[in-house]
Amino acid sequence: MSKVNELFKKEISVVNVGLESFYNELKSQDVKAIHVDWRPPACGNKKMSSLLSRLKSK
Amino acid sequence: MIQEKIKRANEEVMNRILNAQPMLIDIGIAGEVIPDMNKKLILHAGPPVEWNRMSGPLKGAIIGGLIYEDLASNEEEAVKLAQSGEIEFDSCHNHDAVGPMAGVVTASMPVWILENETFGNNSYCTLNEGLGKVLRYGAFSDDVIERLKWIEDILAPVLKEALKLCGKIDLKNMIAQVVQMGDEGHNRNKAGTSLLIRELAPFIVMTNFTNEEKADVLKFMNGNDHFFLNLTMPVCKCTLDPANGVKYSTIVTTMARNGTDFGIRVSGLGNKWFVAPAEIIDGLFFPGFTLEDANPDIGDSCITETTGIGGFAMAAAPAIVQFVGGTPQDAMNFTMSMYEITAKENNVYKIPNLNFKGTPTGIDVQKVIETGILPIINTGIAHKDPGVGQVGAGLVRPPAKCFEDALEAFVTKLEEEGEI
Repeated sequence: MSKVNELFKKEISVVNVGLESFYNELKSQDVKAIHVDWRPPACGNKKMSSLLSRLKSK
Repeated sequence: MIQEKIKRANEEVMNRILNAQPMLIDIGIAGEVIPDMNKKLILHAGPPVEWNRMSGPLKGAIIGGLIYEDLASNEEEAVKLAQSGEIEFDSCHNHDAVGPMAGVVTASMPVWILENETFGNNSYCTLNEGLGKVLRYGAFSDDVIERLKWIEDILAPVLKEALKLCGKIDLKNMIAQVVQMGDEGHNRNKAGTSLLIRELAPFIVMTNFTNEEKADVLKFMNGNDHFFLNLTMPVCKCTLDPANGVKYSTIVTTMARNGTDFGIRVSGLGNKWFVAPAEIIDGLFFPGFTLEDANPDIGDSCITETTGIGGFAMAAAPAIVQFVGGTPQDAMNFTMSMYEITAKENNVYKIPNLNFKGTPTGIDVQKVIETGILPIINTGIAHKDPGVGQVGAGLVRPPAKCFEDALEAFVTKLEEEGEI
């Protein structure tokens, strides 16, 4: 816990993965942040993910 | 095990695509050179579609085609004949051909003849009529038919004779050059048209036609920045055809639209089409027209994107955004994102402002589904009603369903064959 508190005493740089609104919120507060353009495989479509995984077997 | 088989098959497909050698060899008459072509058969862009499901611009182009062939004397007669069942319709792709927009090819039309010298296959495409009120956008007024007759009577014979004097032309080399001159080969063909004129002009003046006819040919080519499109398309067609039908391959070998449906074909699934409703195009409209006037996506011209040029090479053609919309940075971003869904960087088509990186080539269905990134296509926009013509140009993506259905069919096939 104390280590986490230490973190917030320093300047924070954030790598945001996921919802872009989190990144936008940080930017609006002048926090250094970059947004990773990431989506779950097949955009979270379970059927498509399952089909893809059938082709990944070695 | 299956992963390795797919990898090897995709490598084979990419070798065939990258090692293609498309050459312009001649001009012929469709009914004499296109396989199984006849007077009562009309070819069209995209996957096969029956008359009652055809879009306005495709119906318009067919009406014009029937008038051009003297099978009908007016719109009413042409519609009656088209509905009668006497005329057969088929996809250009089933006859080694491609056609921009409506893509209508009838028996008397002159066509470019290309040969892929590596594999010996041919491809065919009509000669480009220009922009605006033209047959391929569904217009069929008297001036449209007159222009088609002039193409048949003067333009094609002059160019055929010039080609005979000039000898075959290496179009792969020419496209490699134009990509470095600001073209992307789909909606920007200014450099390509210029290089073609430069190549042919000395031989055009040596043909046995009148000076006026020769001047008209040169003026027509010079006045039509899209003239070269009808060569980039069959280049891509004869490049991709030998890559189709490779077992286990997940590379897309065809993307095409008929104005009603968007269709794709995948190498490992042979000639089966996977279709879904064509999308409406977001773009720039000519004065007096709006999105309300637009027909859904139409034409075989996205064969260019399927081969790694067109929308995929927009980083090489920043000026195109003045025609299709967006900014030069958008053009760069579109190309960069296409590397996410393609198998290779092109070995010949290279982009100077990406440090001569090869264009993203070979759409892999697996990568499209995995990333959720759909191919980017730049395209013309046809009016939704027959007889009007082009109303704008813009950017569009295929429906995801085509790729989802293809992946499902691919997995099902492997399951049925006991491979997985």
